[in-house]
Order: sequence, then structure tokens, then C-alpha cells
Amino acid sequence: MKLQKATRCALYAVLELAADPQRQMSASEIADKYGISLNHLAKVLRSLGREGLVEAVRGAGGGYRFSGNPKRTTLLDVIRLFETIDSISAGEHEPGETTPEGMALRQVLEEIEDTARATLSSITLDTMIKLIQRQRTRWVGRQAPDLALRTVGL
Amino acid sequence: MQHMVPAQDAGFRVRAATSSDLPSVIELDRDITGLAKPEYWNDLFDRYVNRGRNRFFFVAETDDALVGYIIGEVRAWEFGSPPCGWIFGVTVKPGTRLGRIGTTLFEAITTRFREAGVGKVRTMIARDNTLLMSFFRSQGMMAGPFIELEMDLDE
Repeated sequence: MKLQKATRCALYAVLELAADPQRQMSASEIADKYGISLNHLAKVLRSLGREGLVEAVRGAGGGYRFSGNPKRTTLLDVIRLFETIDSISAGEHEPGETTPEGMALRQVLEEIEDTARATLSSITLDTMIKLIQRQRTRWVGRQAPDLALRTVGL
Repeated sequence: MQHMVPAQDAGFRVRAATSSDLPSVIELDRDITGLAKPEYWNDLFDRYVNRGRNRFFFVAETDDALVGYIIGEVRAWEFGSPPCGWIFGVTVKPGTRLGRIGTTLFEAITTRFREAGVGKVRTMIARDNTLLMSFFRSQGMMAGPFIELEMDLDE
């Protein structure tokens, strides 16, 4: 499953800001950290603002702050703002969809989508933040032997 | 055996289930699922309360009532899987949720699984039960290497 650029930007932004709801970050700080386009991110932040997930803080040292509920906002809630994970949008028709072959194909694709939907709707931002912390610990663990070797000059 | 949650600090305590918990567990399950299953629970109490070192049944209680339970066991070599802990029942009374009762029950049973020598815990959840799935996710559980399959037998 590949997420669209806007969705990925949005997820990075909400995860970054939700990790510390008291902290304000500018769009350029977030864009720099994840190597994403500032223009793209600015549009995404406006959409997230309209949904009440982030709020703009005016003035010197202003930026964006998380304003949602991390225990009640799921990955699917954020993804749905920017794309659908359904293979066929409502009202759209595919050639051959009413043939037994088309219906069987649809059944298989729906199984995949149901699993994806169940996964994305069960992982809250709060859970993602815990996952990120775990990944960070593993990452540090992987770097540690390398650092030790460098320290002893190998 | 009592789990380490003093009632005065947390407002509840977790302990191993006893036979006298049966009516309260049946009632709690009935309130949540809308279906009373006395035969099922009688059988489960027979098999999981004070039976076998690898079967665990914990309840959470306040001073007034039983507010949650968790049940599981260590299973070995099913579907080729090395021994692992299985959780097949967990419930927290609505109204007392978000107070760490579920987390404490989960910690109690996973502690026992570790003591039993296993390093993995599994469960199975209906895809549309996002509340329960979110709970297990928040404990750090991810999709495992098995896929559950089924079919209608009347086709």
C-alpha cells in the first residue's frame, strides 16, 4: 500500500505535533525534518486545521500545535482526509464487474481492503507515538555498536 | 494470588479468579454481549480456575463490584507455532474504562506468560471490533504471522 504525498505529509505533521501537544513547530521545521515540500505541507496543515487536528499559533515563535485527541484519532481518520483506501470509489464502475470473474476479483480485493481498514482504524496516534518510541530505541540500539567501534577507532 | 495494584491507589485490584466470581463474570459478560452463557462460563471456570500451571484467569474488582476479567493460556505447537501465550477473553465494564483496568489485567497475564517461559502473546479479534483491537494495539500488539480463514459449510 502506497500513501499519496499529501497523506504522508499529514501523518508526519500530526505525529510530530501530537508527540508533544504543548510544543509549537513551524511548517518549515517539519518540512526540513521529513524532507518534504513546504508548499505541499502548508496546504496539508490548512486541511488538518479545518478538521481541528492542528491549530496555527500566531506571533513570534508561532507555528502549529496539535489540537486533537491522540487517543481518539486513528490513522484512518487522518488518511481519509486526503485519500480513499477503497479500490473502487462509490458510484464508480469497472469493466466486467458484474461477471463472475469480476465479482470474484472484487471479493478478493475487498478482503485486502477490509484488513487494511481494520488495521488503520485500530491504530491511534497515541499508539503510533509508542511505536515510534520503540523504533527509536531499536534504532539507537543498532547505532550503538557502530558508535562503539568508531569510539575505539575501528 | 494478588497482582500488585493496591486498591487505595488505583481504585481497583487485580487477582486470580476464584469459583465465587462465576456469577459476577456471567453477569458482566451478559451486560456487554447481551447474551448470558452460564454453561460456557461454568465449563470455563472448571477448566481455568485453579487448574493447570499454564492457564490464567484474572479478575479486576473495586470495593463494590467485579469490573473486568482476562483469560488465557500457554498453547504449544498448534499450527506449528512454538509455545506462546493466548488471550481469548478480556472485558472491562463500561463506565470504568480508561482507568488502566484493562492494561493492568493485560500486564498481569503477560507477566504470567513470561514466568511460564514464553516470549510471545497472541489473540484474535473480529475485524469490526475496533475498540478491542485499539486496546490490544495500545499494548503494543501487531499483526502476527498467521491468517485466520473460514468458510460456510452449507455451500
